[in-house]
Amino acid sequence: MTAMDRGLAERTSRLSGAVDMSHGAGGRATAELVRDLFVRHFDNAMLRAGNDQALFMPPAGRLVMSTDAHVVSPLVFPGGDIGALAVHGTINDVAMAGARPLYLAAAFILEEGFRLADLEQIVVSMAAASREAGVPIVTGDTKVVEKGKGDGVFITTTGVGIVPDGVDIAGDRARPGDAVLINGSLGDHGIAILSKRENLAFETEICSDSAALHTLVAAMVEAVPGIHVLRDPTRGGLAATLNEIARQSRVGIRLNEAAIPFKPDVLAACELLGLDPLYVANEGKVIAICAPEHADRLLAAMRAHPLGRDAALIGSVVADDNAFVQMQTAFGGSRIVDWLAGEQLPRIC
Amino acid sequence: MKYIDEFRARDLAHGLAAAIAREAAPSRAYHIMEFCGGHTHAIFRYGVHDLMPSNVRFVHGPGCPVCVLPIGRIDNALELAETHGAIVCSYGDMMRVPASKRRSLLKARAEGADVRMIYSTLDALKIARENPSRQVVLFAIGFETTTPPTAVALKQAAAERLENFSVFCNHVLTPAAIQHILDSPEVREIGSVPIDGFLGPSHVSSVIGSRPYEFFAEEFQRPVVIAGFEPVDVMQATLMVIRQLNEGRYEVENEYARVVTRDGNTKAQALVADVFELRPSFEWRGLGHVPYSALRIKDAYANLDAERRFGVETKPSRDAKSCECPSILRGAKKPTDCKLFGTVCTPENPIGSCMVSSEGACAAYWTYGRFRQESGAGKGAREAAE
Repeated sequence: MTAMDRGLAERTSRLSGAVDMSHGAGGRATAELVRDLFVRHFDNAMLRAGNDQALFMPPAGRLVMSTDAHVVSPLVFPGGDIGALAVHGTINDVAMAGARPLYLAAAFILEEGFRLADLEQIVVSMAAASREAGVPIVTGDTKVVEKGKGDGVFITTTGVGIVPDGVDIAGDRARPGDAVLINGSLGDHGIAILSKRENLAFETEICSDSAALHTLVAAMVEAVPGIHVLRDPTRGGLAATLNEIARQSRVGIRLNEAAIPFKPDVLAACELLGLDPLYVANEGKVIAICAPEHADRLLAAMRAHPLGRDAALIGSVVADDNAFVQMQTAFGGSRIVDWLAGEQLPRIC
Repeated sequence: MKYIDEFRARDLAHGLAAAIAREAAPSRAYHIMEFCGGHTHAIFRYGVHDLMPSNVRFVHGPGCPVCVLPIGRIDNALELAETHGAIVCSYGDMMRVPASKRRSLLKARAEGADVRMIYSTLDALKIARENPSRQVVLFAIGFETTTPPTAVALKQAAAERLENFSVFCNHVLTPAAIQHILDSPEVREIGSVPIDGFLGPSHVSSVIGSRPYEFFAEEFQRPVVIAGFEPVDVMQATLMVIRQLNEGRYEVENEYARVVTRDGNTKAQALVADVFELRPSFEWRGLGHVPYSALRIKDAYANLDAERRFGVETKPSRDAKSCECPSILRGAKKPTDCKLFGTVCTPENPIGSCMVSSEGACAAYWTYGRFRQESGAGKGAREAAE
């Protein structure tokens, strides 16, 4: 959200006080909240129609649909907030099929007592993210739970999009010999969030990489329509996502540690906290797997886009019935990069 | 990262690998116990194995703080949270360590117990200040590295008269454990666990210094080289142990001179001595009862001792049947010798403590897939030597 958006939200807010149970009861308070907050900021014809659903004619092509629940804590973090994240997260899930996202739906679970001014900030940020991405929020729902039964606000977004003909991107299409690419530095989102957690706040300049990737994906698909796999390495980081792809495609993946882009601040924070940056979450990254002869063209297309300036070729797909992800360490040894067990626990000495 | 990257440098590693390959006598084997889980972790994470000739073998020691804690002590901590309703605070690694009946602090939390993960003992004090009507217990674990911060918390709590705060002390001592291992029949008489030398602890030694190891280097005639936790440190120290063995020396040498001195951190030692005293005996998972191997809280701070405040009783520690953690912690078995390893016992569903912490040998084996790539072992060393 820009400073102007925020200033506007504060000056024009008709909402004061906090969320109470009546906001979710379906009566006048609910209607006012929807009108003064959601319709006002998300503003589009389908929402203004005031129906329980959005009605539209899909363009030609195959439809894709995806949904994503957002429960991030803290709600506002360096480089983003739960609102923008909820827009980006679902747009990205739709885009990973090589699709053009069309519309979003949003469901809010609000906790009784949550300040309406804070909610408005989040909604304004969501509206800005949706406008910037050109993907309107056309329908939604709001529920309220008793104080102590939620954590401020949870947001679930659902998106639909259209896959152009001739594009066939899926997790089971990685083939031995394929190249593995990434659009930039890893671990920024997870470290930005951790830096603001109450029990371990530390000073860092790291901002979340939260971003809508569909325009980057469109440029990539245009350059190489035959991309085999696209996936965003969110929770569980690069390691978890590559393991998923390896299992789906029944192949192995070999990473070259020295080629993987990381920001020095992220590496330093990981050292301090005992985390492995390969497992730290991202919200604006895409892993691309394509035939080796297309790798240079794809890399050039990624680097020509603002969200892919630091794109890199980080590994390759190999034949391996065990579906292991292995890494040549910068140190000169090799190791397996396994699934993440539980949450990543820090070492203590 | 400055001061980190240098110690993970590929060129240095290859130079050291070549020196080790050149100097390790092909006619014999070198069994080097790395005491600390931090070393175990570095060896696996960076693939140090790949750079070693096949006759230089690492024997993984018991120096993983959460691994050596007997089940009974974790049961005690669960009881503090569940029966006494206390807020139990501990470090992240402790949360998933299995207690009796395959419970853990994490599972107890899911069932309603108030268990908090902290990064610093001072976080526990903060929680105590913020919850004056609740009992707050710091479940204190670890070797000499984590002991001074616990001492600070005790002194601070006493100064603030923080009456709802107490410490459940489980701090253990490294030299006593090393001596116990060297004294065990497996090493001394039967010889089923060959240990030719040690990579000495790094962080522990920054507190206690290198002096405490001098006795058993001499007594048991084993070289000890104190090593940092970075992979180049491990390789340099390994070369130093090999050289001592080749020359028939058994001395304490210090590879980690950028941090460790002979006397250590005397201020931290004084702080610990102020607050803690030796326990006559303490049970370790894997090693059994080891005399004078752990600390308890002195009488002067008795009112902050959770054991006394809540009448904590010693519980029997029955390890899961077939779990080989005890033998693995002694270096007598490898993780792959355990029939539970990777079948019933995985990091997602750990049966034994060694599968939990990244410093545990089983977790390191599993996570970095050593056992899955054995065929490639020694390849890097051969290349480096050529």
